[in-house]
Amino acid sequence: MIGNLDHSILQQLWWLIASVVGSLFLFLTFVQGGQTLIFTTASTEEEKSLIINAMGRKWELTFTTLVLFGGALFAAFPLFYATSFGGAYWVWMLILFTFILQAVSYEYRKKPDNILGARTFEIFMSINGSVGLLLIGAAVGTFFTGSRFSLNLYNSVTWGTPYHGLEAALNPFNLAFGLFLVFLARILGAMYIVSHIDHAPLVKKARKATWINLLWALPFLLTILISLVTMDGFAVNPATGEVFMEKGKYLHNLLAMPAVLVLLLGGLGSVIYGVAATGFLGKNSGIWFGGIGTVLVGLAIFSLAGYNNTAFYPSLTDLQSSLTIHNASSSKYTLTAMSYVALAVPFVLAYVAYVWKLMDAKQLTLTELSGEDAKDMY
Amino acid sequence: MLSANTHKEVVVGDQILTTVDWARAQFALTAMYHWIFVPLTLGLSFLVAFFESIYVKTGNEEWKKLTRFWMTLFGVNFAIGVATGIILEFEFGTNWSNYSWMVGDIFGAPLAIEGIFAFFIEATFFAVMFFGWQRVGKGFHLFSTWMVAVGSNLSAVWILVANGWMQFPTGMAFNPDKARFEMQNFWDVALSPVAVHKFTHTTSSAFLLASLFVVGISALFLLQERHQKMAKRSMVVAAVFGFIASVFVGLTGDEAAFNVAHRQPMKLAAMEGLYVGQEKAPIVAMGIINSSKKPGDDLPAFYQEVKIPGLLSLLANRDPNSFVPGINDLVFGNAERNIVGAEQRMVTGKIALAELARYKYAREKGDEAEAAAALAIFDQHKGDLGYGYLNNPAEAAPPVSTTFYSFHIMVVLGTLFPVIFLAVLYFAFKGTLEYQRWLNLVCFFSIFLGYVASQAGWVVAEVGRQPWAIQGLLPVGVATTNIAASNVQTTFFIFLTLFTALLLAEIRIMMKQIKIGPEA
Repeated sequence: MIGNLDHSILQQLWWLIASVVGSLFLFLTFVQGGQTLIFTTASTEEEKSLIINAMGRKWELTFTTLVLFGGALFAAFPLFYATSFGGAYWVWMLILFTFILQAVSYEYRKKPDNILGARTFEIFMSINGSVGLLLIGAAVGTFFTGSRFSLNLYNSVTWGTPYHGLEAALNPFNLAFGLFLVFLARILGAMYIVSHIDHAPLVKKARKATWINLLWALPFLLTILISLVTMDGFAVNPATGEVFMEKGKYLHNLLAMPAVLVLLLGGLGSVIYGVAATGFLGKNSGIWFGGIGTVLVGLAIFSLAGYNNTAFYPSLTDLQSSLTIHNASSSKYTLTAMSYVALAVPFVLAYVAYVWKLMDAKQLTLTELSGEDAKDMY
Repeated sequence: MLSANTHKEVVVGDQILTTVDWARAQFALTAMYHWIFVPLTLGLSFLVAFFESIYVKTGNEEWKKLTRFWMTLFGVNFAIGVATGIILEFEFGTNWSNYSWMVGDIFGAPLAIEGIFAFFIEATFFAVMFFGWQRVGKGFHLFSTWMVAVGSNLSAVWILVANGWMQFPTGMAFNPDKARFEMQNFWDVALSPVAVHKFTHTTSSAFLLASLFVVGISALFLLQERHQKMAKRSMVVAAVFGFIASVFVGLTGDEAAFNVAHRQPMKLAAMEGLYVGQEKAPIVAMGIINSSKKPGDDLPAFYQEVKIPGLLSLLANRDPNSFVPGINDLVFGNAERNIVGAEQRMVTGKIALAELARYKYAREKGDEAEAAAALAIFDQHKGDLGYGYLNNPAEAAPPVSTTFYSFHIMVVLGTLFPVIFLAVLYFAFKGTLEYQRWLNLVCFFSIFLGYVASQAGWVVAEVGRQPWAIQGLLPVGVATTNIAASNVQTTFFIFLTLFTALLLAEIRIMMKQIKIGPEA
């Protein structure tokens, strides 16, 4: 069945699968957002512990989704994996560095004799939630602004700057993208706190944090949107595979793919409604509107970058080295085999959702933090 | 043409270290740190599941306390295992960019499958295991604990499939247009005998190490005359698990060696320091290897050695009289035994590389006739493609001393551990375990020995296959990223500092939790 699909269809399907995983990761960055709220929204040790324990039940899911995103890109688009990770070396290394810090911080923070002290691990979490996301945003921004690299006949990458990707963070569009992700994660983190924690003073501050962070996010969001509809883009001639610059390429993509426009506007509307519901209407379910909205926006962004004959990882040094979902992909055989494997994803999502529902049925309280299970709490 | 990145170098003392040196050092550092934590996760997850199963079956709260004690240690260890693991996946891209492109079509799939099938099980049920005691029923909690064990070990399946493929590349073909290897048969990759033996040998060794950990910490409690009842219970369960695992490690180790003999004969020769092939080849029971010796010279291989005749032939071919090739045979060839050496394969490999280059440029120019001619010659020689990148046939041999000593340390310690488990079980059933001071001391120090054996096993597997990233097809010097060595050097030291700090924190936290004990 899947084996009968055309290679080009499989390439598009795998760009969609990678986009779904990437977009789910963006939703799950509410964990990173929550980690940065411990220094701005929590005003007591108890509130801090409540936030960390709420996020601590989900941090691994975010981490795993990031790992799967990397694995899916490696399996489906190995030339992107080789080019971006090998070329934009320092950006990815720093991102990974912040995720190493995160992985141990939950478990070690409150354990006696942890050498570095609880505050150090809290700072680690905050670095992951801010610097880590900023750099991920900057890296995704290069899907639209391009990077300085070239590939030789053997597809071996040579990076054009000695900064190996750090230069991306200095581009205003990429920077806006990164900062938007940071504030979006904080909005989602605040929404999750409201939904998951039973502690009136903290919840009140978290409700306020949703719209304050939305205000902070707005200038960056507007920068991204205005840039996207006005900037030149990296188009591909489908007949020859030649890459060329096209004025208003991403606006053209939006108009050529109305479903993507609907995803983008619907997603942004859903996030804004989630903020309004949480911040002003006193509802606890805003995280779901925020989460679904984030996934839709993510899908729209990845679709704009990869579909409609667009180079998703453009080269500024040598246009013809730019990566498209066709020239960067795995073979038809591998994409077919992986597509069969991907049939398991709905089952994975189903048990994740079931356990999530089971574990979040009761809100987290201070009593739980000091009860029988206190020794295991973060 | 791809070339070894030897021009990108950093001078350290009187040594010139190139990008590939630092990339190898960084990968070894990350993998070895990761392998400190992962075997304990793989084995302890099952032991915790056993303990909790007994608790659920008996309803005895003491078993619950015991379960939660080992679970706390599991959690501390698990976190740093996750932290070091994420780096490994992405290092393939950052430090081994050419590798990622050339074999990503095959290698990426197991990593993605690992994420889908294993990591999500771990991540989802880990939260229930630790924070679900009051949120879910007893039965679902136990199910979650088992799922963490299953998920952890499933992740080992896929990463070892990937590693097995690097040692024995199969189920693929080279695509000259893309300049990469492409998968032709998924099942050949997933079920290759090397992958199967790698998984069974590695996971059973992890069960062994975790059993040593539980036995050792429990023995410490007996020495300190604390928590004796719980300690003895833990020791019995872990010693049974550990003994079964030890036997399995031995059997799978034998199968793994048999596979190495046929798929990676150079590695086997290095494991035994065998330079000149022979019939009735001996195993060196003990020996001091001559580290100055090079392939083809007349120096003795050992300063001192004790050999058991015929045992290596038996291990390699199931026949004590059979011929086992040595390093010299594999480097320079042995016409009498019909062995084509690296020297000859380099000639063939260089032809393959030259014809590949001619093919690529002809295609670029649109000269299809020349491209077809080049491709025909390339096809005749592509089997030795990787050897074309070597500059000297002796490069085909791995570091012999490191491989030899690591292998022998692993085997000697692997033979000792089942004896320890049997002794624990003997005295436990006699009811005198707490009085066996020497045995308890040995058990405690065996934790360290377990880690040494475990690390030595990885050194044999990874150092023994040098210079290859992909056996026979892609040497490590070609697999690296085109990046200045100073970048990789800097990240090496960042990770060294970070991982060491985290390891120290982990040890301190573990020691404190052990001091607090299960009955706190």
